[in-house]
Amino acid sequence: MRFLVYRYNPETDKYPHMQEYNVDGFDKGAMLLDALLRIKAEEDETLSFRHSCGEGVCGSDAMNINGRNGLSCITLLDALKEPVQIRPVPGLPVIRDLVVDMGKFYHQYRAVKPWLTVHDPEPETEYLQTPEQRDQLDGLYECILCGACSTSCPSFWWNPDKFRGPAALLQAWRFLADSRDQATAERLEDLEGAYRLFRCHSIMNCVDVCPKGLNPTKAIGNIKKMMLKHLV
Amino acid sequence: MNIERRKFDTLVIGAGGGGLRAALQMAQAEAKVAVVSKVFPTRSHTVAAQGGMNAALANVLPDNWHWHMYDTVKGSDYLGDQDAIEYMCRAASHLVVELEHAGVPFSRLDNGKIYQRAFGGQSQDFGGDQAARTCAAADRTGHAILHTLYQQNIRSKTHFFDEYFSIDLVKDDEGYILGAVVLNIETGEPLLIEAKTTLIATGGVGQLFRTNTNARINTGDGIAMTLRAGIPVQDMEFFQFHPTGIAGKGMLITEGVRGEGGYLINKDGERFMERYAPHAKDLASRDVVSRAIAIEVREGRGCGPEGDHVLLKLEHLGSDVIKKRLPGIRDMAMTFAHIDPIKEPIPVFPTAHYTMGGIPTNRYGQVVMPTEQSAEETIPGLYAVGECACVSVHGANRLGGNSLLDIVVFGRAAGNHIIDYLKENRTHRPMNESSVKAALARLERWDKKDEGENIDVLRQELQRVMEDYCSVFRTEEILADGVKKVKALIARLDNARLRDHSKVFNTARIEAFELENLMVLGLATVESALARKESRGAHSRIDYPDRDDKHWMKHSLYFEDGRVEYKPVRTKPLSVDSFPPKPRVY
Repeated sequence: MRFLVYRYNPETDKYPHMQEYNVDGFDKGAMLLDALLRIKAEEDETLSFRHSCGEGVCGSDAMNINGRNGLSCITLLDALKEPVQIRPVPGLPVIRDLVVDMGKFYHQYRAVKPWLTVHDPEPETEYLQTPEQRDQLDGLYECILCGACSTSCPSFWWNPDKFRGPAALLQAWRFLADSRDQATAERLEDLEGAYRLFRCHSIMNCVDVCPKGLNPTKAIGNIKKMMLKHLV
Repeated sequence: MNIERRKFDTLVIGAGGGGLRAALQMAQAEAKVAVVSKVFPTRSHTVAAQGGMNAALANVLPDNWHWHMYDTVKGSDYLGDQDAIEYMCRAASHLVVELEHAGVPFSRLDNGKIYQRAFGGQSQDFGGDQAARTCAAADRTGHAILHTLYQQNIRSKTHFFDEYFSIDLVKDDEGYILGAVVLNIETGEPLLIEAKTTLIATGGVGQLFRTNTNARINTGDGIAMTLRAGIPVQDMEFFQFHPTGIAGKGMLITEGVRGEGGYLINKDGERFMERYAPHAKDLASRDVVSRAIAIEVREGRGCGPEGDHVLLKLEHLGSDVIKKRLPGIRDMAMTFAHIDPIKEPIPVFPTAHYTMGGIPTNRYGQVVMPTEQSAEETIPGLYAVGECACVSVHGANRLGGNSLLDIVVFGRAAGNHIIDYLKENRTHRPMNESSVKAALARLERWDKKDEGENIDVLRQELQRVMEDYCSVFRTEEILADGVKKVKALIARLDNARLRDHSKVFNTARIEAFELENLMVLGLATVESALARKESRGAHSRIDYPDRDDKHWMKHSLYFEDGRVEYKPVRTKPLSVDSFPPKPRVY
């Protein structure tokens, strides 16, 4: 198989370039990560990329694969058109090769205060939550912070310092939707203004690329609706 | 010495559940906490834990902590330390509630309480009917707990050093641990973190084996660092093979599948666990189920064209239960086995999963070792929790659902102990520059630019040797060969060279350090296995098929120089009567 991989090492390269690798003999069902690991082990030790669990749970290996963000460990080689073009996820500074600086992404995540906030004294037992209330968190808490969504979002590309981005807003809604949380007003006020929430223009790239099948656009819509209700 | 330095009250190495639970305890007590992790915290392997966390909440069936303790002692094949096990089982319910209050999105029962499912090795009333003790957030419990702990840590302003790799501990001549030399992966520059206490929470060493359920980061870095610091490692011969990894690939399929009512069948469609464990059947302990599968396959009753696996059947649970309670494993089976478990059974085979052994500690997380003064002398300033540690609550075989519990209980206990230690040790001790220099020498070793062996080739050979010579069934002959083979690989490691000598985000260099750690721990594992001439828990010797309590009810301690010593099991619990060893029947 033919691969074209984005290469940039700040110690030696003035500009990035695409490097070609040819690797064959993969088992049926092999993933893109298997190919990258083979390239690194057998062809070129200098190729750098993040990876860990190899099963789509840790969120380390988001990259841009033939123009679309995804996780290399759950992207089947068979499904990819050759030459397979692999680039770092767009919109964030490249540290080296496929490794990007996710600082801004994490900053936006922290900025939505993604933790359960309860003002009442704690009971001795668990907070009660009906199965229906708990169902509201499905499709939200499963986010693995891979960044595939935010880095495919044009609004985030333009304003990564001001727009929270789909991943962080999904988490904002995860806590707004939690029957146990008591910081609704603060959370909504924090998201007011032209940028933090309202830079979302429902382009829905986030929904299209999410490797866990989550729907940040819907979560953002829910926040907007709640905000409206909260204001009137 | 020209190296950047930072000072904190306390250093935590590793940002999985154990490290983050400890860090949270200390940050909330207003200690200055640094957490160093080679990956961003939510990428730590706790994230992959599926089934849940044990606590006798009795939300579904009657339960109490004492039954949980009995099951854990029995599960450990009587190698677990009963003081630590009592402590853990007593603390469990409170700590699950604490996690729930912190935000963990546990699944719920109709009455609004935390959902609990049945898991292997669990019983009511000391060996009676099946219990339902495992608190679950669908089949993503580890993910839910890890993310929540990270969130609470950022709320508490814990200082994170993300993507820093720990090279070695720094210690002084009196044996105090003074912090660690770490490597900033992004810049490639070393950093000295000085701390009054250092807590190791770096997880297990599943990457020793070719087929494993573990992430690539699970290379036992903290265990190997401890060994290099002159401290022995305990019970390394006990490595858990999880009965249900996806055949040929290794991805974990949670025991929760069997807890929800799934079961194993061989090529004749027989529910074979009924023969091996008439009472508990598919929910016997993991070592028992793994051996049963291995025997079925060996005796020609395996499934598939090669007859090399068995099938895990769950279609009968119905699509609602599978989608609601087991959505993650359905995804996993569809992605990696290309089957939908709503329609077809999943091909499975035992897969390397969990390191029962590790850094010897007491129930406060303090690292202990034998000295002339005492059999369990504490190492001042050094703590360890979680899979890298050996308290030992898991003994020779860990029960499913007890590892998430272990990390939370002992993470918190170590955090509390460190807070007390800091009150009495208010200042940093003087730095020992020669120890810093020794750590930096590990970096320089990889600067050699001549030709040499490829690191990845050596890693793959090690994994194959461990799988062939130190697997589910073991004999003297095979293990002795294994020792020779691992030693030969270690000799070859001296001639390994990096081709990439750049600094910025050089992952090849990190893999070289990881391989050094894997090698020493591979040797520790086979040497300890060769030395133990009995079968107990996960350590199954064909040439010594029985448990031998008279000679072998003791923990092994492997030293870096190859010596293996032993120390007694702590059979006396804190407040209840001891559970004496009995034949282990499920």
